[in-house]
Amino acid sequence: MSGTFVGMPAFPTAAREALGDTQLRRNLAHATRVIRDKRAQVVAEVEDWEELRLAGAAVKEVALRDLATHLETLEASLTRAGATVHWARDAEEACAIVASVTKAHGVDEVVKVKSMATAEIGLNEALEAEGIAAWETDLAELIVQLGDDLPSHILVPAIHRNRAEIREIFLRRMGDVGRPAPADLTDEPAILAAAARTHLREKFLRAKVAVSGANFAVAETGTLVVVESEGNGRMCLTLPEVLVSVVGIEKVVATWADLDPLLRLLPRSSTGERMNPYTSTWSGVTPGDGPQEVHVVLLDNGRTRALADDVGRQALRCIRCSACLNVCPVYERVGGHAYGSVYPGPIGAILNPLLHGVADEQTASLPYASSLCGACFDVCPVRIDIPSVLVDQRAAVVDQHRGDRLPKPEALAMKAAAWAFSDARRLAWAERASGLAGRVIGRFSRTSLPGGRAAAGRLPGPAAGWTGARDLPAPPEESFRAWWDRTDGGRR
Amino acid sequence: MSARDEILRRVRSALDGVSPVVEVPPAPRAPDRGDLADLFAERVADYRAVVTRCAADEVERVVRDVLGSARAVVPPGLGLDVPGALIDDGLTAAELDDLDAVVTRAAVGIAETGTIVLDHADDQGRRAITLVPDLHVCIVDASQVVADVPDAIALLDPARPLTWISGPSATSDIELDRVEGVHGPRTLHVVLVG
Repeated sequence: MSGTFVGMPAFPTAAREALGDTQLRRNLAHATRVIRDKRAQVVAEVEDWEELRLAGAAVKEVALRDLATHLETLEASLTRAGATVHWARDAEEACAIVASVTKAHGVDEVVKVKSMATAEIGLNEALEAEGIAAWETDLAELIVQLGDDLPSHILVPAIHRNRAEIREIFLRRMGDVGRPAPADLTDEPAILAAAARTHLREKFLRAKVAVSGANFAVAETGTLVVVESEGNGRMCLTLPEVLVSVVGIEKVVATWADLDPLLRLLPRSSTGERMNPYTSTWSGVTPGDGPQEVHVVLLDNGRTRALADDVGRQALRCIRCSACLNVCPVYERVGGHAYGSVYPGPIGAILNPLLHGVADEQTASLPYASSLCGACFDVCPVRIDIPSVLVDQRAAVVDQHRGDRLPKPEALAMKAAAWAFSDARRLAWAERASGLAGRVIGRFSRTSLPGGRAAAGRLPGPAAGWTGARDLPAPPEESFRAWWDRTDGGRR
Repeated sequence: MSARDEILRRVRSALDGVSPVVEVPPAPRAPDRGDLADLFAERVADYRAVVTRCAADEVERVVRDVLGSARAVVPPGLGLDVPGALIDDGLTAAELDDLDAVVTRAAVGIAETGTIVLDHADDQGRRAITLVPDLHVCIVDASQVVADVPDAIALLDPARPLTWISGPSATSDIELDRVEGVHGPRTLHVVLVG
């Protein structure tokens, strides 16, 4: 079974370790460049891409702003179409529902369609604890599962692995859980994909219960939508007798027609294709075709917390395309594991704090995992202003620590600044002190900035956190106010 | 309080004071790109699917040539004579796995994206028959081809299960290198009529 993110260190520590892994950096640089180029090409093909983004953002916003109504409509139309609707307040409740449906059918295994929601709630581990094996059937998820690894990308969870590593994992592990990989397996991607096809086919043909997520859920018609490439999704959604879909409550759109902008935006943003190979839609049970018992688990798990945040609410528009990961200079260098969550990259840096709050140190480190360059906002198909939410979440982290008995150095510095700036005499005194510091640094420092201005190198004590990675420019020897007094505003 | 009532209460309280009114701009439409059938054929082929264009009276012969000696299954309402083909009467997944090919029609073709959509009516059959065999021969009439995604959405009935197919199954999960053929049919052959 796959590993878990529980107990991951805060972002700076995890990032430092990832940056030291040259193989990882090579794999990531190659993969993100390929997908960035593909996306840019197919997006350029659409003349009115910006208008399409506006339409996509609007249909998601419509659904979110009146979410209770749409959820009730969805429940009613699903029930009418023969599906059983469950509600789960958190991960534990959702996992328990899936386990109980599975056990009711007396089976000890399920096949799974790649789903962020089930990864988020740790479903595989929960089922394993109940003696149920959950087989991941997406190629990248299979690579992660067989390698006892963690996902590092929303779309391509094994993006950190290259073909040689994948070949080794298949040879070593496939035989433990089913049909072994052929002994003459090469590292050609087509050959590796063929090995996965053969390995999984017996599982598809015998599975009684499948578990999926959904990309969209249409309230008025009770239709779930799964967007995929390999056909493993179609296998899981079609062949088993029982289908359980775990759907975050933010996946709702109001009407069937609302799917239009989203189905045009998602494949181009995600895999860089005009359309993904397979999209399946189904509304409850179809007699004589596909699963005859259909369950839908509507999942909260922090989504209502995010919904209550006026700035952060827009993050719930996310359609999990992962375009923001691929353009992010931070993600490209550190990879997904450093974010300590199934949602890495820029969207993860806002989604995790919004879903779970910033009380723990790991989550509180995420809003800072960004240079605020804004590339993520530019590519987001539903126009989530990630940089603004990041800044707002940084404020939330600061607020979280206002009552601390031992204030952080940053808070002390801000308090000192407020004290100095609120009184003209105190400010003049501080300016004289900083001018003196400027003279000292100018005289003794060996560091200088481009253009020749002297700078302080690494400072000791609490200032080390700031100056460890930045040069502090030497303060000017004379302040503006002192200059004004001396020259009467330049007239003397 | 049940989980349902608790979640709905949380949603209502989260949105307290938030206006539900959102201005929705109309989604833009793709510009006119000329003959739809031509564009459809070109875009389907871009996915490394095979496209054969023929006249209505040539369909039977074309399908026979494409199938060769492959053992095929057809839906009950195909409306075309495919010699030697099994007519699906609820074959099991294992039985389908022993067959090589499937021949169906389609509900809609989308030119802009090179997509065929199945609504699994009698001339297309159950979802399983177009999934398990390795070769899918799909007959699309030129009159079924629409310009873009919104046109298809307007025509399709969400109460039916739908399968949108754009090329053969594929993956880019290994170094983002696209490989055709994973779990779904590894070969998609579209016969475009008219």
